[in-house]
Amino acid sequence: MSFTNRLTETSKSYLSKLFGRGPVKPGEAYGAPGVGNSMGISIFTSIALIFLWWFITHMGWIRPLFLPSPEAVIAKFVDIWGEEFSGATLWGHIKASLFRVFGAFFLACITAIPIGIAMGVNRIFRGIFDPPIEFYRPIPPLGYLPLTIIWLGIEDTQKITLIFLAVFAPMALSARAGVRSVTIEQIQMAYSSGASRAQVIWHVILKGAMPEILTGMRIGIGFGWTTLVAAEMVAAEAGIGHMVLSAAEFLVTDVVIMGIIVIGAIAYTFDLLMRFVERKVVPWKGKM
Amino acid sequence: MSKLDLKNVTVIYPPPTKDTEEVHALENINLTIEGNDFVVALGASGCGKTTLLNVMAGFIQPSGGDVLLDANPIKGPGADRGVVFQQHALLPWLNVIDNASFGLMLQKKNPAERKKIASKYLKLVGLDEFLNHFPYQLSGGMQQRVGLARALSSDPAIMLMDEPLGALDALTREVMQELVLDIWNETKKMVFFITHSVDEAIFVATRLIVMSPRPGRIIKSYNLDFNLRFFKNRDARQVKSLPEFLAVRQEVLDIIHGDEIRIDQG
Repeated sequence: MSFTNRLTETSKSYLSKLFGRGPVKPGEAYGAPGVGNSMGISIFTSIALIFLWWFITHMGWIRPLFLPSPEAVIAKFVDIWGEEFSGATLWGHIKASLFRVFGAFFLACITAIPIGIAMGVNRIFRGIFDPPIEFYRPIPPLGYLPLTIIWLGIEDTQKITLIFLAVFAPMALSARAGVRSVTIEQIQMAYSSGASRAQVIWHVILKGAMPEILTGMRIGIGFGWTTLVAAEMVAAEAGIGHMVLSAAEFLVTDVVIMGIIVIGAIAYTFDLLMRFVERKVVPWKGKM
Repeated sequence: MSKLDLKNVTVIYPPPTKDTEEVHALENINLTIEGNDFVVALGASGCGKTTLLNVMAGFIQPSGGDVLLDANPIKGPGADRGVVFQQHALLPWLNVIDNASFGLMLQKKNPAERKKIASKYLKLVGLDEFLNHFPYQLSGGMQQRVGLARALSSDPAIMLMDEPLGALDALTREVMQELVLDIWNETKKMVFFITHSVDEAIFVATRLIVMSPRPGRIIKSYNLDFNLRFFKNRDARQVKSLPEFLAVRQEVLDIIHGDEIRIDQG
């Protein structure tokens, strides 16, 4: 068989794996969408993107002002780690932002989860909290940012409040939806085992809602990171979002890109951590 | 000896849609379950079997009539009536022994005692080697066994079983019928058991009530002893092919079939 023949054969077999309708090997489910491990491909994509970035900047196709090279960004990272940029070192910026995002996240956890559960199990709570949450939820945080400044000033209280509001709604609604995922049989089982209403809520509903609550926490913290830059837009002294915005004012593009990568890396790391927690806390998720 | 008494129990559901009439799910049901009774309710869908069980469990307040457990009116669900559901209703975050001892945990029994009682019933249902498994690691039949052990562990006066074997495959179902009978024989509890299967009903019942819909009522009642014959030779297939068994089966099928014709003709 000639080389070209073999090449077309191989590519045919790969194509048939991607799009084909042939029977599957024993142990696989026919027609299951998207089966298989994608880790290798993901690593390849990441490396390819970085290479593309490196290649474009080194060929001089884009001026460094618009897109600095990967090495320049790394060099900047090392620089700012020790040296102040726009009021703080990189670690100082990261600390300020982490405090705001996780402070807001923590406050949302201790308020949104109980309120969401209460909305799920009690019509009075649902009646009270449904209109305000559903009303403010679709408004972009930038829309009510000015109001938070008028009411709360420009200190961390205002910034944490803004992020808190962004995190609160998705977490409360997830907890509320989680209540629904408990089956009526499980609840009746508990009552007929002698449970009080409080015991049913604690031992059955709250635990049954855990998968949705954890998903809500992941979605919520995502909104938190999204809102961070908006929160640090006005009169911040430190913070990753503040660092990126002031770098952009002076066209220090390498700091802008570095800041974006740092936010992305922290958010992604935390999400991986949450997925790990999910596997530990709700190992039954999707199995029953 | 416990006694569950239903006197003239009527349950009327509100009209499902605007232009329809209210639904008489149960009308003047009189039923006494006592001592070692194994009462089986048989009938087509919508004949009020599950409503009847829900009334006994305390989930539904009857529109009329009295439900008395040892002369005390039933005022809601409680641990003195163990319910086994068609879907197992286990808690997926608890392992087998914690699921089985869930009721005892609610009643604040100490952990050692919980474990002792739950292990006893899990042994009875043949799951003593699966104490630390989680429900999703078990087959449907095994999940239902955990449900049985859980209902038994509170030591209820009566076991209320709503099609407990309905979701199982035919072979598992036969094994489970024998298991339910053994448990009944061992614990001497009253049982109220709902099924769609005529064979199953005749095999396990000491009293079989055949129900009919619109309005839901008892149209025929049999006193049977095929379960006791099973204990003598432990050959379920032999019992199920006895001429007396087949005769009852034929009669019950005739009743249900005739009833369906009545309903179809409105």
